[in-house]
Amino acid sequence: MSGFLKSSIGRKVAMALSAFFLMFFLIIHLAVNITSIFSEDLFNKLSHFMGTNPLVQFALQPVLIFGVVFHFVMGFVLELRNRKAIGVSYAKNNGAANSSWMSRNMIYSGLVILAFLVLHFIDFWIPEINVKYIQGDMSGLVEETQDFRYYEELQHKFLSPLRVGAYVISFVLLALHLLHGFTSAFQSMGATAGRKKAMQTFGKIYAIAIPLGFIIVAVWHHFNHH
Amino acid sequence: MNLTLKIWRQKGPEDKGKLVDYKVNDISEHMSFLEMMDVLNEQLIEQGDEPVAFDHDCREGICGMCSMYINGEAHGPDRGVTTCQLHMRMFNDGDTIYIEPFRAAAFPVIKDLVVDRTAFERIQQAGGYISVNTSGNTQDANAIPISKHAADEAMDAATCIGCGACVATCKNSSAMLFVGAKVSQYALLPQGQVEAADRVRNMVAQMDLEGFGNCTNTGACEIECPKGISLENIARMNREFLSASFIDS
Ligand code: SF4
Ligand code: FES
Repeated sequence: MSGFLKSSIGRKVAMALSAFFLMFFLIIHLAVNITSIFSEDLFNKLSHFMGTNPLVQFALQPVLIFGVVFHFVMGFVLELRNRKAIGVSYAKNNGAANSSWMSRNMIYSGLVILAFLVLHFIDFWIPEINVKYIQGDMSGLVEETQDFRYYEELQHKFLSPLRVGAYVISFVLLALHLLHGFTSAFQSMGATAGRKKAMQTFGKIYAIAIPLGFIIVAVWHHFNHH
Repeated sequence: MNLTLKIWRQKGPEDKGKLVDYKVNDISEHMSFLEMMDVLNEQLIEQGDEPVAFDHDCREGICGMCSMYINGEAHGPDRGVTTCQLHMRMFNDGDTIYIEPFRAAAFPVIKDLVVDRTAFERIQQAGGYISVNTSGNTQDANAIPISKHAADEAMDAATCIGCGACVATCKNSSAMLFVGAKVSQYALLPQGQVEAADRVRNMVAQMDLEGFGNCTNTGACEIECPKGISLENIARMNREFLSASFIDS
């Protein structure tokens, strides 16, 4: 076990495991976001629960942050090692003849997603941490109205067309990342499943539907401000 | 047909090397790519120039010696063939063809288009065998029942000729298709079970030591492999490695 993460296959497996975790998280995150379109009340309640439940905050959140950081760091490590393994590049290389654009550019789609996450942290996570743990206001309420603040804040964020644009671009890149990543994760785990037709179709649906869901939420709030 | 060739020339391992343009005329579409190279080399020798060094041996697609990265693809644009089996009819009159050596840090250039693929030999030596007692009372292999399915898959894996096209093609210079095939051909058979855990551990360790990159499942190797070795062999190697690391350790 000791040298597992030092071996090429061990790293692949670790990459895949963190990917599965992050793909599962995306479903939960989207499910919460989608409620904001149908019910302000439900979205507020869910947000408050997620934001204040000790299990979510102090157990799941650190695991999530670790998962994200791990996936990125390991991705960079693998990319650097692979660049070293190439040595001299070809004068003419026809990559499109045998592989998809997505599979050849995971590092670039990943970098855009990383940039997005930085923006996302500054946008939502840091203000949340500030209000809750630095100012110590765990009520989740707006002082004047005594209503929940989450829906308000969400609507406010998506007023800016620049932010909505950045979100849309990032989620398109996430879709491209997932179009390769979903089935690739199975293959790395040694599962034949990733190359089965049904799983590939499911992977494509997942890779497009999840980012599209996030895009719809952002665009919906941009145009339905009240 | 008349062709312009852009060929990588490199005097030796230390030389920097560069692409040099050559013209060959009246090439028959029935020639193999290596025969076209022979025509060029005769031309160069007549002119008193140094012929282009390239690897070849059987010239019938079984030895795995011929290499070459032709117009951006290992063994050229055709599928399921080695360079010796590639016909000039895949090209058109007036074409410009790039001819480069297989590239990977673990496959250093020896001269021109000849690369050192002994890293593959060392991976094989690390575990690509079974230990059989040959003292005279060796059991007939056919005495051990093997399912048709397993026998077929093992045979498919064993058709790997160790050409290195998978590495040359891979954007990560990963050798996992080759190693996957070599691990699988034994993992699928009862004779391979005894040393299975050590085999996969040692072969993967040697593969990493040689400086091959990490598979990111682009699938390019499977498409460029002249023997149609399937990605399933990489998945199987991953499974073998996982069980060797966590179950049989
Ligand atoms: S797996 Fe295919 S491409 Fe790779 S060495 Fe074997 S025969 Fe050549
Ligand atoms: S020369 Fe033997 S495979 Fe091409």
